[in-house]
Amino acid sequence: MTRIDDTFSRLKDNGKKAFVSYVMAGDPDYDTALEVVKGLPAAGVDIIELGLPFTDPMADGPTIQLAGQRALEAGMTLQKTLDMAAEFRKGDDTTPIVLMGYYNPIYSRGVEQFLADAKAAGIDGLIVVDLPPEEDDELCIPAQAAGLNFIRLATPTTDDKRLPKVLQNTSGFVYYVSITGITGAANAEAGDVGPEVARIKAATDLPVIVGFGIKTPERSEAIARVADGAVVGSAIVEKIGAGESPADVLAFVKSLADGAHRA
Amino acid sequence: MAEDLINSFMTGPDEGGRFGKFGGRFVSETLMPLILDLEAEYEKAKTDDSFWAEMDDLWKHYVGRPSPLYYAERLTERLGGAKIYLKRDELNHTGAHKINNVLGQIILARRMGKTRIIAETGAGQHGVATATVCAKFGLKCIVYMGAHDVERQAPNVFRMRLLGAEVVPVTSGRGTLKDAMNDALRDWVTNVRDTFYCIGTVAGPHPYPAMVRDFQSIIGKEVRWQLAAQEGEGRLPDTVIAAIGGGSNAMGLFFPFLDDKSVRIIGVEAGGKGVDDKFEHCASLTGGRPGVLHGNRTYLLQDGDGQILEGFSISAGLDYPGIGPEHSWLHETGRAEYVSITDKEALAAFQLSCETEGIIPALEPSHALAHVQKIAPELPADHIIVMNMCGRGDKDIFTVAKHLGFDMSDTEGREME
Ligand SMILES: Cc1ncc(COP(=O)(O)O)c(C=O)c1O
Repeated sequence: MTRIDDTFSRLKDNGKKAFVSYVMAGDPDYDTALEVVKGLPAAGVDIIELGLPFTDPMADGPTIQLAGQRALEAGMTLQKTLDMAAEFRKGDDTTPIVLMGYYNPIYSRGVEQFLADAKAAGIDGLIVVDLPPEEDDELCIPAQAAGLNFIRLATPTTDDKRLPKVLQNTSGFVYYVSITGITGAANAEAGDVGPEVARIKAATDLPVIVGFGIKTPERSEAIARVADGAVVGSAIVEKIGAGESPADVLAFVKSLADGAHRA
Repeated sequence: MAEDLINSFMTGPDEGGRFGKFGGRFVSETLMPLILDLEAEYEKAKTDDSFWAEMDDLWKHYVGRPSPLYYAERLTERLGGAKIYLKRDELNHTGAHKINNVLGQIILARRMGKTRIIAETGAGQHGVATATVCAKFGLKCIVYMGAHDVERQAPNVFRMRLLGAEVVPVTSGRGTLKDAMNDALRDWVTNVRDTFYCIGTVAGPHPYPAMVRDFQSIIGKEVRWQLAAQEGEGRLPDTVIAAIGGGSNAMGLFFPFLDDKSVRIIGVEAGGKGVDDKFEHCASLTGGRPGVLHGNRTYLLQDGDGQILEGFSISAGLDYPGIGPEHSWLHETGRAEYVSITDKEALAAFQLSCETEGIIPALEPSHALAHVQKIAPELPADHIIVMNMCGRGDKDIFTVAKHLGFDMSDTEGREME
């Protein structure tokens, strides 16, 4: 059992849906980002997705691209991202942290070394956008062996034939990407999402969380109603990018979390 | 891995799209079903005579293939050593080898019922070739081009627009070729149903590196029979040599010779201002290390933390921080050698080609020629070098003029102070 598994069983016992937030590590700088991350659990966040900055985020829209650039310009690295997680862990031993990013910085460090360091830093799961099931030997299987969850994205192009392959080595939860597109793009319609979530849930016992295109408390609620939870990224990152204070960012996060928890 | 442990260098990639440890399919889940579809379609086309009949017809009547294999007599005399042949792919319609591959991919796109074609471009040659073939078939064409390249390759931007393509200047990241590729991938993820991504080099996720190589291999196949049929030669070349951006013209020339042990294979990377730790070059093999970008594992210019670095080269077509995965494998197995040439050396070779052969080359093959200039004098007169003259220099005259201190706006043609 990881912190992620524990969180979902607790939410289930309380009859609640999960709220998952994404912020980029080191955006706009290390200290500000850490202040935001430390405040997330009190704002109602059940699972923290921590973005690992990369120069070439092929699946991200402008909002998260710019967040990564700000972080890198401020000197963020893989090591500092892990340091940030470790620092957070000192004050919070229950809220799961999922590291989300691209493979090259991890590959560059070396998979073995990275897994040992991530585990030591208190990371619970990984979402690596450019590692589909076809490349499971790279990181997915070693990560699970090291006791980390490997969370996979399912998308509207993942048809029934392919779905079992996507679910096969997935653990923790399934992240359903509600649109074909990049982060921060169009709005997800709850009406379209419901049947897709049902389709995935018919094939797995894992919780199904929905993200991409959720920007308001109302959408957060509507989406959480038809799934096991909702993820918001770009809308939060946009506020950080606009220079809003951590307190203001966290107030916005709370409104989104409250939305999901009303569902 | 020693060379003699491998029976054939021509069987790759494996079913996972790997050449040794290089290549693969490092893409997001949204794209995965699309590249599997493409692979299935390509596998079908590969063994379909009607596909190749259509290609051959267009190669002949639209592109002007076969391109000549030309004995560069004065160049040979000037360098005073090996006998130098130029494979004249700069004479193709649109002025470079890029169209060889574009035709293949667009015919495939049509077979798949795709109506919207996207492409990335650096120098603009792949963009022009894609816009051209799309115009010919009445397909919608969108070309992503780094904002910086839009500026330095203005004539090609206008060409693409004349041909009916939409040129999207890319400002994400640093606004270069790699960012154009990122934006093309982002477009593809968004428009999965009707869109075909026409990649311009032997990079990207499987099956692109193998597919683009197969389409470009017409270059090496022609060289083989042309040299065999050449009066007084009737044999294989001793050395084949080509410039490398992503590596497509080079793979096209090299591939048919990979199993001919007597043929020496040399790829020439862009050395920019010199290959050192300042990374003012684009020599991924000589100055980079393995990593994962744009769907495949290959040698990349990157910092110690796995962040991708911008390359630098006088030639927009070589300005890419990666290289096709098959080249990384040929490099590690030792089957091919890779060297680098600086901007300065390429400019000198550019002028040498103009003066001795009356051929204004693109800056990309000028890099290959600069290396020919280095090795030919040391080789015997019966040593045959075939160099891929993969593009013509019309697109580069402004850049070259600037570097030679020539003011093009001055109608008297006076040299600048
Ligand atoms: C004339 C010419 N040669 C070479 C290249 C580099 O590409 P590749 O290495 O794939 O042949 C380009 C790219 O734009 C080009 O225009």
